[in-house]
Amino acid sequence: MNEAHFQRRKRISRLMFALTSLCAAVSLSVLFVILGYIAYHGLSTLNLDFFTKLPKPVGETGGGIANSILGSAKLVGLAGLLGIPIGVLGGVYIAEYGDNKLGFLIRYAADVLNGVPSIVIGVFAYTLIVLPMKRFSALSGSAGLAIIMIPIVLRNTEEFIRLVPHSIREAALALGVPQWKVVLRVVLPTAGPGIITGSLLALSRIAGETAPLIFTAFGNRFWDKGWMNPMASLPHTIYTYAIAPYEDWHRQAWAAALVLMLFVLLVNVGARALLRTSSGEAH
Amino acid sequence: MAWQLAASSKLAWKEFGPAFLWTSVWDPVEEKFGALPFIYGTLMSSAIALAVAVPLGVGSAIFLAELAPRKVSNACTFMIELLAAVPSVILGLLGIFVLVPAVRAVEPWLTSTLGWLPLFQGEPYGVGLLTAGLILAFMILPYITVITREVLLAVPRPLKEAMMALGATHWETVWNVSLPYARPGIYGSIFLSLGRALGETMAVTMVIGNTPKISLSLLDPSYSMASVVANELAEAVGDLHLQALIAIGLTLFVITIIINGLARLLIYKTVGPRAKA
Repeated sequence: MNEAHFQRRKRISRLMFALTSLCAAVSLSVLFVILGYIAYHGLSTLNLDFFTKLPKPVGETGGGIANSILGSAKLVGLAGLLGIPIGVLGGVYIAEYGDNKLGFLIRYAADVLNGVPSIVIGVFAYTLIVLPMKRFSALSGSAGLAIIMIPIVLRNTEEFIRLVPHSIREAALALGVPQWKVVLRVVLPTAGPGIITGSLLALSRIAGETAPLIFTAFGNRFWDKGWMNPMASLPHTIYTYAIAPYEDWHRQAWAAALVLMLFVLLVNVGARALLRTSSGEAH
Repeated sequence: MAWQLAASSKLAWKEFGPAFLWTSVWDPVEEKFGALPFIYGTLMSSAIALAVAVPLGVGSAIFLAELAPRKVSNACTFMIELLAAVPSVILGLLGIFVLVPAVRAVEPWLTSTLGWLPLFQGEPYGVGLLTAGLILAFMILPYITVITREVLLAVPRPLKEAMMALGATHWETVWNVSLPYARPGIYGSIFLSLGRALGETMAVTMVIGNTPKISLSLLDPSYSMASVVANELAEAVGDLHLQALIAIGLTLFVITIIINGLARLLIYKTVGPRAKA
């Protein structure tokens, strides 16, 4: 235990922490490289036409992806209508009445389902809806997306309901309010901002999902013809454009990626800001 | 859900039996199907991803949990979580136009310096296992970092203080106390991201090269389970082809269920069942 030995240990300590800082710097720079690159390539193609026009036939430059933007909005909207109520109600159930075997089972199942690859969920939606109906449809796409978002919303709802202070709950119960009314009028409004945030984040997650849409909503180069027909969506358009050999399509893919990325970022940042302002002391 | 997938693929199972899983022929024209090339491609690309992302992720997590001031740490974690929110198709787009040319530029050098390893022989296509693995690494990096940071922060303070009081350096404390304590959680995060990597479709499909063959070289194009389903399901001809693809989906489902099940148990063990991931 002499001085030199001690110095060496200190040097190792410093060296290793320098390495970990480097790791963190690399991890962070990945995000900025991605954002910068997309912005750089996407901005040059963005114009009003891009948001309002249909795609042009191959070979002609110009045109837009209005149908994909609308399609994405519709698909995600319907998925939200299906998925959010189920997720929120399930979350309320396991938070309020779930301190038993069944609750644990649901929680565990939701976590595992959360890890199931989206493509497998797409295959599931395919066998469930596309095969019996013998056609690709927007409906099946939305169903797949809804299945993806349910476990996310469910776990998130549970989390925020558990953060509601016991004292508030007990105060209501002490006034003779029945349990269901406590949940509806006291617990849910208190946990509300958190639940909304979680649902928004889940929406932004499924807005970027491509895999389950390839063989359910399928994509479409024109305005869609209703829920029973193929529908275009932003991520799917990016995918087809990116792997196509046309220069102009590549540029449009970058622009579409920029639009999608901005949406996802805005929702993420916005949702967190909302949470911070409404809950006061945020984590 | 498992039942539905199994029912929809029973024709393929009946035709090929369990040998489906270790046959390496994939020929839609002759209607002969075996899943081995895809299983191999999936496992290899995920292995590369883990090899890159685990040291990077754990390192970042140590920095965030131990070294960075709380405010910086929170801000950085937020940004890393944003990275997790980047849609995979966008990562794939960057993969095609940025990573593939980059890998193509590096590959001849790899072949010439490390060519004595069978891993690095072959033509520099740019697309292939290596590129797919790198893309996956960026994808799972946030999960590993964020969860590892969480479990490192859960290490009880007195343990660390005791170690410090005995004269250990900061790093020795991290290495001998924090990391062993957090180990189950870190393993959990690795399993969890392995589950993600195995099932990741878009980014991989766009850069892996989509060639159903088994090759030892990391530079050769390959194929993964998720990609073959994505590429062929929409235009599968013939019931057998379709069912073979669904059977692959089922296999992937079972694998990820097992891995995620393990991961969750490990994470529950360190931070309790209410931790979010």
